[in-house]
Amino acid sequence: MIRQLYRRLAATLLVLLAMAAPAMGQGLNEALDRFSADSFSETEAAVTAIAASGEARGVDILDALADRRLFAAGATKDVFYRNAAGEGFDARSGRPATIPAGAAPVRLNNRLRNTVQAALGGMTLLSPDPARRQRAAEAVFRSRDAAALDTLNLALVRETVPKVRATMLEAKAAIILSNPATPEASRIAAVQDIIAVGDHDGIALLRQTLAAATGPLREVIEQGIVTIERRQRIREVGQTVWFGISLGSVLLLAAIGLAITFGVMGVINMAHGEMVMIGAYTTFVVQEVFRINFPHLLDWSLPLAIPLAFLVAGALGVAIERGIIRFLYGRPLETLLATFGLSLVLQQAVRTWFGPTNREVSAPSYMSGSFEFLGMQITYGRLWIVVFTLFVFAMLLLVLKATSLGLQMRAVTQNRRMASAMGIRTRFVDAMTFGLGSGIAGVAGVALSQIDNVSPNLGQSYIIDSFMVVVFGGVGNLWGTLVAAFTLGIANKVLEPYAGAVLGKIIILVLLILFIQKRPRGLFALKGRAVEQ
Amino acid sequence: MITARFIKLLEGRGLLFLAIVAVVAVLIPACNLMFPVTSPLHITTGTMVLIGKYLCYAMFAIALDLVWGYCGILSLGHGAFFALGGYAMGMYLMRQIGPRGVYAHPVLPDFMVFLNYKELPLAWWGFQSLPYAMMMVLLVPGLLAFVFGWLAFRSRVTGVYLSIITQAMTYALWLSFFRNDMGFGGNNGLTDFKDILGFNVQAQGTRAGLFVITCIALALTFMIARLIVASTYGKVLVAIRDAESRTRFLGYRVEHHKLLVWVVSAMMAGVAGALYVPQVGIINPSEFHPANSIEAVVWVAIGGRGTLVGAALGAVVVNWLKTMFTSGWLAAYWLFALGGLFVLVTLAMPKGLIGLWDSWQARRKAPGSETSPAREAEPSAREAKP
Repeated sequence: MIRQLYRRLAATLLVLLAMAAPAMGQGLNEALDRFSADSFSETEAAVTAIAASGEARGVDILDALADRRLFAAGATKDVFYRNAAGEGFDARSGRPATIPAGAAPVRLNNRLRNTVQAALGGMTLLSPDPARRQRAAEAVFRSRDAAALDTLNLALVRETVPKVRATMLEAKAAIILSNPATPEASRIAAVQDIIAVGDHDGIALLRQTLAAATGPLREVIEQGIVTIERRQRIREVGQTVWFGISLGSVLLLAAIGLAITFGVMGVINMAHGEMVMIGAYTTFVVQEVFRINFPHLLDWSLPLAIPLAFLVAGALGVAIERGIIRFLYGRPLETLLATFGLSLVLQQAVRTWFGPTNREVSAPSYMSGSFEFLGMQITYGRLWIVVFTLFVFAMLLLVLKATSLGLQMRAVTQNRRMASAMGIRTRFVDAMTFGLGSGIAGVAGVALSQIDNVSPNLGQSYIIDSFMVVVFGGVGNLWGTLVAAFTLGIANKVLEPYAGAVLGKIIILVLLILFIQKRPRGLFALKGRAVEQ
Repeated sequence: MITARFIKLLEGRGLLFLAIVAVVAVLIPACNLMFPVTSPLHITTGTMVLIGKYLCYAMFAIALDLVWGYCGILSLGHGAFFALGGYAMGMYLMRQIGPRGVYAHPVLPDFMVFLNYKELPLAWWGFQSLPYAMMMVLLVPGLLAFVFGWLAFRSRVTGVYLSIITQAMTYALWLSFFRNDMGFGGNNGLTDFKDILGFNVQAQGTRAGLFVITCIALALTFMIARLIVASTYGKVLVAIRDAESRTRFLGYRVEHHKLLVWVVSAMMAGVAGALYVPQVGIINPSEFHPANSIEAVVWVAIGGRGTLVGAALGAVVVNWLKTMFTSGWLAAYWLFALGGLFVLVTLAMPKGLIGLWDSWQARRKAPGSETSPAREAEPSAREAKP
């Protein structure tokens, strides 16, 4: 009991000193001088001073001291330490050094050892590096060392990072709850702290405490567990929905070009997936050019690849329309076969050109990493893809609804002969529409190159899904495509935990087949005679 | 009298086809078995198996032509029926291995022992008997086709939509059969067959026997298909193909007509698959891949849609080309050739090889005449318009 009190006092002292934050470097040097005196009281003063210096190297030195890896050279007042791997360092400069034979290990007694431990805990809990503080708080949570309580309290006052603060609160509560001597009121307060944070570790701790708890504490804990579990369930739902939206945006991206070529024009373009693939390979080529010529601008390769992929795939689309598809209008099944043949040719062409193996497309710096939002991990890459998809969708709507080309496209699909009579160049509009759909597929390829392997088979894996999305949403209806993509994406992610990824997908396919029986024209069918063709 | 009617029913082309199949059925096994390896007339067992494989594909193509060429149902998932028939046969052959497997389990096939199965799954019961397996070869694809067709035709899913959901069907099966817990061998499928009805499947004699059976089955399939299309029922099918609504207004139950031909075609595909498996010695989930089904459609298109003989011809020609292409330095160009062929056939010869032959015949018979046979009856052009 007395020892604990003493340790607490020491720790508090250290923390106060640390908060005072004296001139760095200077403080460390003076502190190191004291080790050479070879007296317990001087060593203790040194430890306190090192803790007060707040220097990062101080942690290494104290660690070494605790493990008897710290050496003092006596007369020269040089101090050395070994790291855990056994390499020698000069304590003053932190540079590698050979430890002279005359240097002796600094001695410790039990009291000193406790001081060192408390100082270490305090130093890391108060470290300027949030990751370090986080680790220290986690360590305290696991060890439930009562000595750290005061440091923890002080650290809590200063803490500004919410995640670290949450961990510290939990650590504090863990210490309080594991000490049988603490009064009921502060226990309940601790439980409420945990409820406020409410993560996985917290719930485990509450369950542990529940076993020994009685009376009002028990009630609070039981309620707390329910609260946390409910919150976690909501968070899980949120996470599932986010994953679903993320998958849905990928589906939408892959299907949106098809919504134009198949949905608006009625052309079964089996080579649609290959347009996506060509967009992905365009990204790869652009990135390689940047990597070789302007490595410092590598992050800009992706934005540049977007218009290029649109142009490459769009031009190819126009060529396909002029060369093949225009001969097959009104013969959907033949179109299907011809474009399937074309997809084989394109795949093989890319395979011959770029090789059959996957090509690496790296993520730019602004697309890597993740952040936390309401307790959910969200990666920037996925977020960008969702934003990008919605942007592409909005642009497409704008082109169709607000430009004269869009107006002509809609006129031609609704009544070709009347449009022609009004002076619209229907053949030109056909080529442009197909080019637009293909170009958008190419743009989708840019985004998909970030999350999928860039290989000649890239397109194949999306083609069936894309058709499903368009048919499910209702042919000729862009909004239907949007709703269908997100519905399928979320449904897939909801099923995944129960059925596994593959079985989930199979279930979705079967449901889709059944759905098409019920509503052969999709979710949002166009009404009127035009449908009955 | 009946024979005479039957011969008339088959047309000249059909008779020629049957005659060729008969000659092949006799000649190839004979050349394989009678002549020694050194003789120039000898046909290797490998070649015989290869031709047997082509003939299975030809059967499959006839089944597909029956629904696509005569009823306008473009199935992009017919490979599923072929593969299901194949799996049913594969299961019989697996059960025949018995205790000779690597793990020497008396009942369970190797992969089940490997996956820690304690007893035989229900789906595998009865497959030790060939009659039961043969029944399943017909029943499983037939039942799937019945359920699928009943749902689809009743709600009038037609044209492209039907094609896409048939593709989804085979895609779903493809994904399912890859799963180990389906109990059908997962990724590796069923292989290492030992014998069929007590004969070693690897033996030359058994292979020759299987070849002859395949020829007979092909001939029977062709005759049944021919009977169907030449009957009144077949005429209604063509009417449905060309003008579905009009046929319905005339009082025909379009759904029932479609469903029947659909189920029959699926069963034919199943039989083709069942004969395919013992000859190639393996069945795995890749047979379900949607691309296989589309390839089969292309055989029919290349040979000549709506002619039955053309479908068989297309299957043999394309697969022979495939063998030629994929076995040497040309391998890298096979997909170019196949893909190019798709495009070329759909653009330049919508009636396929048979159509080319017909127009050549017509030109020879009536020199200088203006009638282009390609235009006279083009099913695809009609079905597009309401």
